[in-house]
Amino acid sequence: MMITLAEIKQILENKDPHFIEGLAQKAKKITEQYFGRTISLYTPLYLSNYCSSHCLYCGFNKKQKLKRFKLTPSQMDKEMAFLANEGIKNILLLTGESYGATPLSYLKEAVSIAKKYFSGISIEMHPMQEYEYKQLFMAGVDGITIYQETYNKKRYKEVHLSGKKADYEFRLNTPERAARAGIRNISLGILLGLHDLAEDLFSLYQHLRKLEKCYPGVEYSLSFPRLRPIKGFSLNWHHVDDLTFVKIICMSRLAFPRTGINLSTREKPDLRDHLLGIGVTRISAGSNTSVGGYTIYKSAEQQPQFDIEDNRSVKEIVQTIKKKGFDPIFTDWRRIKNESI
Amino acid sequence: MAMETIYKQKDDMLIIAGKKFSNRLLIGTGKFKHKPEVTKSIKASGAEIVTVALRRIDEQINEENILEYIPKGITLLTNTSGARNAQEAVRIARLARECGCGNWVKIEVINDSKYLLPDNVETIKATELLVSEGFVVLPYMFPDIYTARALVKAGAATVMPLGSLIGSMQGLRLKEAIRIIINEIDVPVIVDAGIGSPSQAAEAMEMGADAILVNTAIATADNPAAMAEAFSLAITAGRIAYLNHAPEAILTAKASSPLTGFLFEQENKTKE
Repeated sequence: MMITLAEIKQILENKDPHFIEGLAQKAKKITEQYFGRTISLYTPLYLSNYCSSHCLYCGFNKKQKLKRFKLTPSQMDKEMAFLANEGIKNILLLTGESYGATPLSYLKEAVSIAKKYFSGISIEMHPMQEYEYKQLFMAGVDGITIYQETYNKKRYKEVHLSGKKADYEFRLNTPERAARAGIRNISLGILLGLHDLAEDLFSLYQHLRKLEKCYPGVEYSLSFPRLRPIKGFSLNWHHVDDLTFVKIICMSRLAFPRTGINLSTREKPDLRDHLLGIGVTRISAGSNTSVGGYTIYKSAEQQPQFDIEDNRSVKEIVQTIKKKGFDPIFTDWRRIKNESI
Repeated sequence: MAMETIYKQKDDMLIIAGKKFSNRLLIGTGKFKHKPEVTKSIKASGAEIVTVALRRIDEQINEENILEYIPKGITLLTNTSGARNAQEAVRIARLARECGCGNWVKIEVINDSKYLLPDNVETIKATELLVSEGFVVLPYMFPDIYTARALVKAGAATVMPLGSLIGSMQGLRLKEAIRIIINEIDVPVIVDAGIGSPSQAAEAMEMGADAILVNTAIATADNPAAMAEAFSLAITAGRIAYLNHAPEAILTAKASSPLTGFLFEQENKTKE
């Protein structure tokens, strides 16, 4: 039976340290059973920050006055070669949401370059049609990341004013289109702090449950980015503290024992380290959230999508993972020809 | 006083595809916290067959390669973890062979990320295709006698029914279905998945299983090598018990035969 909204509220309201420790111990045990003591690694690579959507909280939104960049194929190659040299085998390719600046042909070219360097390729981009996901799958993409941000329609409309992202239903049905297209891994998430936490968590869990039943062959994972809005964000929002964040990770692990849980470099090193094994199974390493930020442009030249709190290099992260008694996993997929399923 | 063992493993070898093995524990190499523990577990237990997921083997061998931690002489069984259908399993198996991992393959076709249950239909198809390409195929399956028969007919070297869900460590939840397979199928039956303790492994062996594959319970133990040794000992204990089980009751003459004694009453009276 799935966790109920009332249970989620109870857990979020419970401040008893013993209760929280109990939750974490259970989450640790389940994570070890189903994932072992392993942590998978990936790194994001921003291809473009052109965006035609107006999401009030985002550093890349179309109203933001910032320099727009888009990598050329040779620049992509340089960035990817750098990351491959760091040992990265799983890449997450990101763009802003702009069909115009980053059409399907551009994305397919990026994937063909990525295939030279990486065994696992995922994308975090604008929601696409099924035929587009199918073409990207056949080109070599194995995973997509798509956050609904909030499942509350009213709130969704308040913070996504224009552009394709304003279309709630289209975004909501993205995982299904991707699954039908053959995509192997789908990462879902909500932006913590945007709306009532318990409601959004419950909706996320319901969404995942529905996808599990309809598309059981997909490997799902969950992400929980915490909202840190840009200057000028005038709508109300709430900060999700570390205690609540840990509870969300544990709760998600208990509710979905075999679903991966991702953690980005948005979070501080100390917290990230503590969460290894209490539910988190996949983390980013050596990240840069600017376009061309690894080798092409200096960080001072542009604005990142979000500020990174964990600036440790890949090597340092690997050392920490091992020190904490986990096996860092770089390779978690071997490229086979993706054909229609 | 030292034990004087009666059971001689050399007289009771596990034979798979014509190859003989003296140890009936197979070890899965995923989930370990440190790769050197894989080596220690293999050595401590005497296991002679290990499984490796091809998806975890770096083709460029830049990162720590699990293959380097598997001692020479061990039979490598590459598994097709990640395959969602027969075609993907075949592609992964071929890739494994091209990479020098040999032609022994454990087919895992799982289109179910919630429970990780194998797709028996696709497993049969994959077995047929891979056997025809010269692979030694050990298919992971949900225990169902029809599937087991079809796999044998397709040329599988063994069948590998799951005991319970991968990682659950719940033991032989599917005991009776497995028992039917053990009784009716003549290729080795290797119970795989869900075996969480040495006693559960012994239970499966007492029932007549030919071998046991264990991953989670060893890899996540505080001392994986010690746990691997415990499993090996338990499997041997279960095997000895199976080989020496008392004959079934129906074959034993009973002192009284209340249901059929009447058939022999006249004969007994004549003798008197």
